[in-house]
Amino acid sequence: MQAEEKFTNETWPASPEKQTLEAKNKFLGFWFFLGGETVLFASLFATYLALKDKVPNSEMSLAKDLFEMPLVFAMTMILLTSSLTSVYAMYHMKNFNFGKMQLWIAITVLLGLVFLGLEIYEFNHYVHEFGHTFTSSAFGSAFYTLVGFHGAHVAFGLMWFIALMIRNGKRGLNLYNAPKYYVASLYWHFIDVVWVFIFTVVYLMGMVG
Amino acid sequence: MKRLLKGRLSFIFLFAMLTLILSGCGEPFLSTLQPAGEVARTQYDLMLLSVVIMVGVIIVVTAIFLIVLFKFRRKDESIPKQVEGSHKLEIIWTVIPILLLLVLAVPTVKATFDLADVSPMEETNEDGKTDVTTVNVRANLYWWEFEYPNEEIITSQELVVPTDERVYFNLIASDVKHSFWIPAVGGKMDTNTDNVNKFWLSFDGDKAGEMEDNIFYGKCAELCGPSHALMDFKVRAIPRDQFDQWVGNMQSVTEPVAAESATAQQGQEIFNNSCIGCHAVTPANTTPEAARMAPNLTNFGDREHIIGYLENNEENIKKWLNDPESLKPGNKMTDTYGDLSDEEIDALTQYLTGLKVQD
Amino acid sequence: MSTLAQKKGFGATIWDYLTTVDHKKIAILYLIAGGFFFLVGGLEAMFIRVQLAVPNNDFVSAGLYNEILTMHGTTMIFLAAMPLVFAFMNAIMPLQIGARDVAFPFLNSLGFWLFFFGGVFLNLSWFLGGAPDAGWTSYASLSLASEGHGIDFYVLGLQISGAGTLIGGINFLVTIINMRAPGMTYMRMPMFTWATFVTSALILFAFPPLTIGLFLMLFDRMFGANFFDPTMGGNTIIWEHFFWIFGHPEVYILILPAFGIFSEIFAIFSRKRLFGYSSMVFATVLIGFLGFMVWAHHMFTTGMGPIANAIFAVATMAIAVPTGIKIFNWLFTMWGGSIQFTTPMMYAVAFIPSFTMGGVTGVMLASAAQDYQYHDSYFVVAHFHYVIVGGVVFALLAGTHLYWPKMFGTMLNEKMGKWTFWLFLIGFHLTFFIQHFLGLWGMPRRIFTFNEGQGLDAANAVSTVGAFFMAVSTIILLINIIMTSIKNEKVGSDPWGDGRTLEWAIPSPPPFYNFKQLPLVRGLDALWIEKMEGKKGMTPAEPLGDIHMPNNSIIPFVMSSGLFVAAFGAMYHADEGNTWGIPVLIIGLLITLGSMLVRSVKDDHGYHIHKEELVDDDDKGVKA
Repeated sequence: MQAEEKFTNETWPASPEKQTLEAKNKFLGFWFFLGGETVLFASLFATYLALKDKVPNSEMSLAKDLFEMPLVFAMTMILLTSSLTSVYAMYHMKNFNFGKMQLWIAITVLLGLVFLGLEIYEFNHYVHEFGHTFTSSAFGSAFYTLVGFHGAHVAFGLMWFIALMIRNGKRGLNLYNAPKYYVASLYWHFIDVVWVFIFTVVYLMGMVG
Repeated sequence: MKRLLKGRLSFIFLFAMLTLILSGCGEPFLSTLQPAGEVARTQYDLMLLSVVIMVGVIIVVTAIFLIVLFKFRRKDESIPKQVEGSHKLEIIWTVIPILLLLVLAVPTVKATFDLADVSPMEETNEDGKTDVTTVNVRANLYWWEFEYPNEEIITSQELVVPTDERVYFNLIASDVKHSFWIPAVGGKMDTNTDNVNKFWLSFDGDKAGEMEDNIFYGKCAELCGPSHALMDFKVRAIPRDQFDQWVGNMQSVTEPVAAESATAQQGQEIFNNSCIGCHAVTPANTTPEAARMAPNLTNFGDREHIIGYLENNEENIKKWLNDPESLKPGNKMTDTYGDLSDEEIDALTQYLTGLKVQD
Repeated sequence: MSTLAQKKGFGATIWDYLTTVDHKKIAILYLIAGGFFFLVGGLEAMFIRVQLAVPNNDFVSAGLYNEILTMHGTTMIFLAAMPLVFAFMNAIMPLQIGARDVAFPFLNSLGFWLFFFGGVFLNLSWFLGGAPDAGWTSYASLSLASEGHGIDFYVLGLQISGAGTLIGGINFLVTIINMRAPGMTYMRMPMFTWATFVTSALILFAFPPLTIGLFLMLFDRMFGANFFDPTMGGNTIIWEHFFWIFGHPEVYILILPAFGIFSEIFAIFSRKRLFGYSSMVFATVLIGFLGFMVWAHHMFTTGMGPIANAIFAVATMAIAVPTGIKIFNWLFTMWGGSIQFTTPMMYAVAFIPSFTMGGVTGVMLASAAQDYQYHDSYFVVAHFHYVIVGGVVFALLAGTHLYWPKMFGTMLNEKMGKWTFWLFLIGFHLTFFIQHFLGLWGMPRRIFTFNEGQGLDAANAVSTVGAFFMAVSTIILLINIIMTSIKNEKVGSDPWGDGRTLEWAIPSPPPFYNFKQLPLVRGLDALWIEKMEGKKGMTPAEPLGDIHMPNNSIIPFVMSSGLFVAAFGAMYHADEGNTWGIPVLIIGLLITLGSMLVRSVKDDHGYHIHKEELVDDDDKGVKA
């Protein structure tokens, strides 16, 4: 099957993301990449847990002083929803409905932007209200590195989605770009899963002390 | 190809001979192969046990190896039988190594726990002290401080310990990571910057008696900067009564000892102007650690060595005072005091050699 | 394409290599770059041995010595052994599984250029204010205290080249899973391919902890973070864990491919199938798995407590079992065989006792209580040189002789090869055997000098003499390579005569598409099976058809150079009064991200070689 081939609703295959050898390779390779990313984040989680609340003096804020449920809960919900909207996008991709796919990706991007905005607000809040900065303590370094590394992943994911939408806006779906959309959405799910762990390990466990 | 085989045989023979000869070499004050304490002895016994097991393994491998090389060289162009494998053989060479390893693993685990048993140093009596000899080791770029918390005294560079009893150590580093190692007496333990490590050693009285001035050599075993190689210390292991006497002598120094000769007095003056900010000449452990920035010199004149590795004589002291950088590159003393004239150095040397607590 | 290379000028050839995505050319790039760094690391080793030849030597100063020892270790592991292993993986593995290229030719090129720029960056430290000086382990307290930019070069250089390695690992994994020729089941894969497979999995899971460790150090040194500063709540032991969670698997990343190469050699030159193939596969996988469970045996003296020490001690000993299985399988591969002592085979034969020595001292080191004596002494230095030189370097030298004809179409001179071998073997044992005893006599590692009167003088002198043997041996190898290249006597597809696997079924060097028709694999040692049935080559599994090939691209080069530029910005921005650091950092990252964007939006469908051209090639006799 040729990558550049034009398709109709009828000829569009059931799994457009792995029709060609290149696509299959990309699919598998990306899963391995996510495996490596998992170890990357696991290392950051380990660092965070080792350095949690490790501050030079007793006046500095600890996890239980910093985090507030409403904001973090809202961020979690937004990111979880964005994962769902990206699932819709993939659903439409499989049904060869390019317009709706692009629309749902746009919604995903929007939610991602809101999430990122809230995260920036959150960091700003900690810095100015609590003096909790990247350089103020080992706890600060570990916190901002873990959460910030995730935030950077979100930002990269957004750029990726936007680039895909613009590049393919005029030419629709084919077997060459379907796998690209697919791995981008995989990436997005991964980011979401990591956030669930951050929510649990950093925020929930932080609030209970 | 005969030559190759001969080469190989003589190689192996050579190795065996070498091993025998070499294990006898090394200096007794430094070699792990001439253990002078319970810890080193335990470790040496483990070495012997593992060497016996490993030599067994090597003999089997070598035997098969030699047969193969002799017997199966290419003689003609025939194609040998293609063998897939042999379950029986494979099970043999899986199970036997497991058994051999178990023989080594059990004493290893036991020794690992024994050597880490520091419970006596963790029980404090009513004075908040311990009933065992305890030394707080603080490693610095590139010198060692030894504090005796029970006796409330401090010395440096030359550790003094009683023989034939367990001596317990608290280990920490004040700048970068070092590692505390007295090869002849026992394995090493790192001095971390983050936490206090604890372990114990014991010093064999008879062996110590055989050493020159009862001295074992100690080393820093963790790369710590340019003078890592020169961050030696010495250990004077003496019988309990002599140790107690030494402690008494040290404790009796409550004020800096006044110099006697005129030159030495001049030296003391220089010392008080330029050196005393970092170097203490009283052994009390009342100053906080952060203020103890250089080796305590209370018993400097008694020590067999200066700066951890050079013989304690006037010539070496002068060399050091003149240009510390040439003897310990990267040390923290260079450029902390002004240029000293030869005369001043002479005076200082006089004063320093007079710093004694023993006669 | 490459058939036209002969007619191109020098500039065009350079451009061809800068943009190539062909796994065989990338292999040559890895071989050249890795070989160059091997010489650099070797030169550093000679400096070390000369300095330690006599007590109180002042051939190099204390500070410079620390830089040399750090760069020797770092260069040899990351910039010599790794890329040389990658060279053979790239050159041979796709041929062994009957593939036309790797799964991601573009990423393959990117991986190489990242490694290359990382390596160049690291070595530029020599000319820009001093090399890193905290040892290849770069323990946190010392590396944070280290002045100047040496450690920054280490951190950034390894970060860049590490990313390249990770990409390579993923690439090989996908290649082996998805691109095996018809009939090439997992249990028919040659041992070297299996080793590549397991190694790649190790890379995938071992490099991320290093990446994180390096990031933490980068942030601490360049951006004011406090991960390793105890006064700010940090902890230096975190670095030790990350480094060794990476560092221990790393030694298996190096040794497993070495095992793979030797497995091929034993089978070829004994004319016999690898004994216990399935247990060999099992042992390889088990070693890879256990390799992740034992990292803390490098930290027995760190003060983890007896429980952790005991667990890691026993776990480490367990690795001896699968390794032992391999040794005996190799011996029994030769047993009953018809052994021909070619240069590669001599390395393989010498490897068995040498590596066994390293293995048994490894078990001694695993035993925690006695390790307190060995740790950070010359005993450890001797041990890891016995496994790395006696295992990995022997394999790389053996592989160089074995695969030279496959990669370049001409044979290295056997006579000179044997000279190289004997000198190297003697020099190696002379240098390192005595070092076991130096350690036991109380000589710590990484010391720039030692005093007289400690019983260490004679042994150190002997060790230095040995090093010169190895140096001479290396020079002979270089002469051999030059003379061989000048003579350039072409050889056929199976120059050793006893090739068993697919790479020996196609011309040397293979055409750029490797297999005109994918071969049908009917069992382990696919080519051998056909030979035994009296056939000349492989039976094709497909009719002659168009072959889809990827386009060359300069983007990997540009993308890597962006990180190279960014690294300078990151490094110098923290200097007092520096204003250009941050802009340069951003420009560098933009170059990289921009090239990623270009790669993403520019369609690259590759091209097809048409059936007719393939038939043409035959007439012209590409086989040579």
